[in-house]
Amino acid sequence: MSGNMNLTLKVWRQKNSSTSGKFVTYKAPEISPDMSFLEMLDVVNEGLVKKSEDPIQFDHDCREGICGMCSLVINGEPHGPKRATTTCQLHMRSFNDGDTIVIEPWRASAFPVVKDLAVDRSSFDRIQQAGGYVSIGTGGVPDANEIAIPKVIADEAFNSATCIGCGACVAACKNASAMLFVSAKISQYAMLPQGQPERYARAEAMVLQMDDEGFGGCTNTYACEAQCPKEIKVTNIARMNREFFNAEFIKG
Amino acid sequence: MLDAKIPSGPLAEKWNKHKFDLKLVNPSNKRKYDIIVVGTGLAGASAAASLAELGYNVKAFCFQDSPRRAHSIAAQGGINAAKNYPNDGDSVFRLFYDTIKGGDYRSREGNVYRLAEVSVNIIDQCVAQGVPFAREYGGLLDNRSFGGAQVSRTFYARGQTGQQLLLGAYSALNRQINLGKVKMYTRSEMLDVVTVDGKAQGIITRNLIDGTVETHAGHAVLLCTGGYGNVFYLSTNAMGSNVTAAWRAHKRGAYMANPCYTQIHPTCIPVSGDHQSKLTLMSESLRNDGRVWAPKTVELAQKIQKGEIKAIDLKEDERDYFLERKYPSFGNLVPRDVASRNAKQVCDEGRGVGKTGLAVYLDFADSIKRLGEDTVAAKYGNLFDMYRQITDENPYKLPMRIYPAVHYTMGGLWVDYNLMTSIPGLYALGEANFSDHGANRLGASALMQGLADGYFVIPYTLGDYLAKIGPAPIDANRPEFAKVKSEVEDRIKTLLSLRGNKTVDEYHRDLGKIMWEYCGMSRDAEGLKKAKGMISELRADFWKNVIVLGENEEVNQSLEKAGRVADFLELGELMIDDALNRDESCGGHFREEYQTPEGEALRNDDDFAYVAAWAYQGDNMPEELHKEQLEFENVKLTQRSYK
Repeated sequence: MSGNMNLTLKVWRQKNSSTSGKFVTYKAPEISPDMSFLEMLDVVNEGLVKKSEDPIQFDHDCREGICGMCSLVINGEPHGPKRATTTCQLHMRSFNDGDTIVIEPWRASAFPVVKDLAVDRSSFDRIQQAGGYVSIGTGGVPDANEIAIPKVIADEAFNSATCIGCGACVAACKNASAMLFVSAKISQYAMLPQGQPERYARAEAMVLQMDDEGFGGCTNTYACEAQCPKEIKVTNIARMNREFFNAEFIKG
Repeated sequence: MLDAKIPSGPLAEKWNKHKFDLKLVNPSNKRKYDIIVVGTGLAGASAAASLAELGYNVKAFCFQDSPRRAHSIAAQGGINAAKNYPNDGDSVFRLFYDTIKGGDYRSREGNVYRLAEVSVNIIDQCVAQGVPFAREYGGLLDNRSFGGAQVSRTFYARGQTGQQLLLGAYSALNRQINLGKVKMYTRSEMLDVVTVDGKAQGIITRNLIDGTVETHAGHAVLLCTGGYGNVFYLSTNAMGSNVTAAWRAHKRGAYMANPCYTQIHPTCIPVSGDHQSKLTLMSESLRNDGRVWAPKTVELAQKIQKGEIKAIDLKEDERDYFLERKYPSFGNLVPRDVASRNAKQVCDEGRGVGKTGLAVYLDFADSIKRLGEDTVAAKYGNLFDMYRQITDENPYKLPMRIYPAVHYTMGGLWVDYNLMTSIPGLYALGEANFSDHGANRLGASALMQGLADGYFVIPYTLGDYLAKIGPAPIDANRPEFAKVKSEVEDRIKTLLSLRGNKTVDEYHRDLGKIMWEYCGMSRDAEGLKKAKGMISELRADFWKNVIVLGENEEVNQSLEKAGRVADFLELGELMIDDALNRDESCGGHFREEYQTPEGEALRNDDDFAYVAAWAYQGDNMPEELHKEQLEFENVKLTQRSYK
């Protein structure tokens, strides 16, 4: 285990969505390699508050890599340099003494900045509201074991269902495309028997909402897959395109 | 004596009979009722969706940026249900019995039986929504044994059951939002509840983006706001988890029940330094194959703490497998409270490991030898990866270091059988209430209770109250609303005027240390009395010397945190009062003075088989204790023994 580090941070500061922002440089002295990236920011913020300066705003909650609330583009990479890792699970041992670290918010017109490093991802919710569900009510459903699902299908649907909705795929994409996020949910239901009755209507509704929100298209660079903390595969996008095409076809 | 309104009749018929006795709201009248749901975790999202499906107008609130982020999402292990799919002898009665016993006979028979009864419906509901539970090769659902249960009744979704169940409830909620039956308010924090003529009729919220203080009126208010584990500062809860909604309701007249019942989970990753912001739990399924041990002597432990030797340098006869030694029949699978307390004892004796000496080993070497590394990786790979990520140590080669951490709070707002608090029209669901887990919650039953309350209990019980009060619109222009709103605004102004020299986090950390030291895994009267004084001083100091920066009309994390910590400072004192009042040990509440010769929790059923429900009396006034006697007609109270 190495000793403590002295770091320089260049952090994006922006008061709210209607003002413009800029980078501000901060010193982060005596940072332990055992700290998580967000704990390092906590320490910097404690120092700012002590000096009566406005602390840096960033979204975070569970700090165990599952709620999808944390974000941050770190040195140009969403969730930083480690693969399959959210920012809250990134530890400072991934950096070296003397490093300068550039910290930015997700950048996409469909994710307006709320303050500093926090962005508004309600567009993701609206896409899910457009069709990301099975239209059943509470009660009156069949016994759970009346729906047999081959394990390979269940496992594949599960892989799509592990998306945490953080938005790193959008931040990673030069087109700010949300296709990895949207296709993961469409795929989960397209593969499962429960999703069949609304399969095509769902794909169409969610894709149209995605376009309405101002996300870009996919040009197959696979940056989303590379940066996804849950390793969602781009094959989901191929499946979504097929579902959407079929939706048009079936409507006739 | 408090009346829990448990229906009469045989245990197995109570809920059915009660459902028939409850009044119904005419279908065409349902749209005339407005329901407020605060919190969108398993309890809140499932309640909001189910009530909207029935036809009520729902307004749902969460402080996060999306309802999907609620902390239910972090649950790993699984959800219990008495399906008996594996044909291994499970039944509704057995799940009921295990839950009552696990809770050390401090929960209600009627509630727990209902919970076990509806558990089977939850699994059906979630599967129909498309929740991808683990399956066997034949295509049917897989089950596992969890937390020492003798039957396999736990349904799971890899290590992320909470996320998959929450996304199921979130999808049901989204459908109702799309249909216009739920209006969703994100980044909104509830800061008070409004009562009119003694009934809850609305809430006051603060918009966390622009600071607007808003008034929302409704025929009923449901608090689904989770637990208060963050009173300890370090816990496995999310950073934003807080007690404010429940505490504000308490100060308006809702009783707080058994606040001292907190659960300390044995298998968490130890603290690495003062910068630590939260603790990470690892599923207790690890104890199925891992062996817990510590060095036999203080000398060996000190060498390990200094880094002179490693765990693997210790010979078999230099290791103390203390759980296996003390509990030969349950071994490493003793309940959470027993495992936690034993780890603490070992560390208190100076035999802890790691730099801080506050850890014991969880060793997989034998399992790897027996099953092979591949099998162990298939079972626990994600947990091993997580451990490695956080500690930079390889658990396949070195034993894991673990230490207990605050995980769940069994106490919460007092509710009757209908989930109504002592304020008519105000309900509490999920971890926010106190009702089903007694003094200790069993593994895989938190998810079960959150969804039971939201999907299958509140849709029935709420209608009874609504039918009685009638559908006349609630008038938000009543002076009661303006009064509470101005009180909320005054409190915000007061907080913003504090420009002292100590940060909110520093106060929170200080409070956490006091709570952990004196009101944590074990307590005694002397320590509790001392802690009470310390908290009261800390609170006075907070209102003089805390730094709260910025203004109300902006995103202001200082202000948000200050309001929450101010409430934790009050709750902490009540937890201590409750722990002092309960002169017995039970489940997670271990009073040093009350233990069996073997060091187990010693209950006093004659004097303490009751729920302690506390009523707020005013600032700096002692709270008033109301008792609800617990009646046991179907189980025999016994001393838990895991020898």
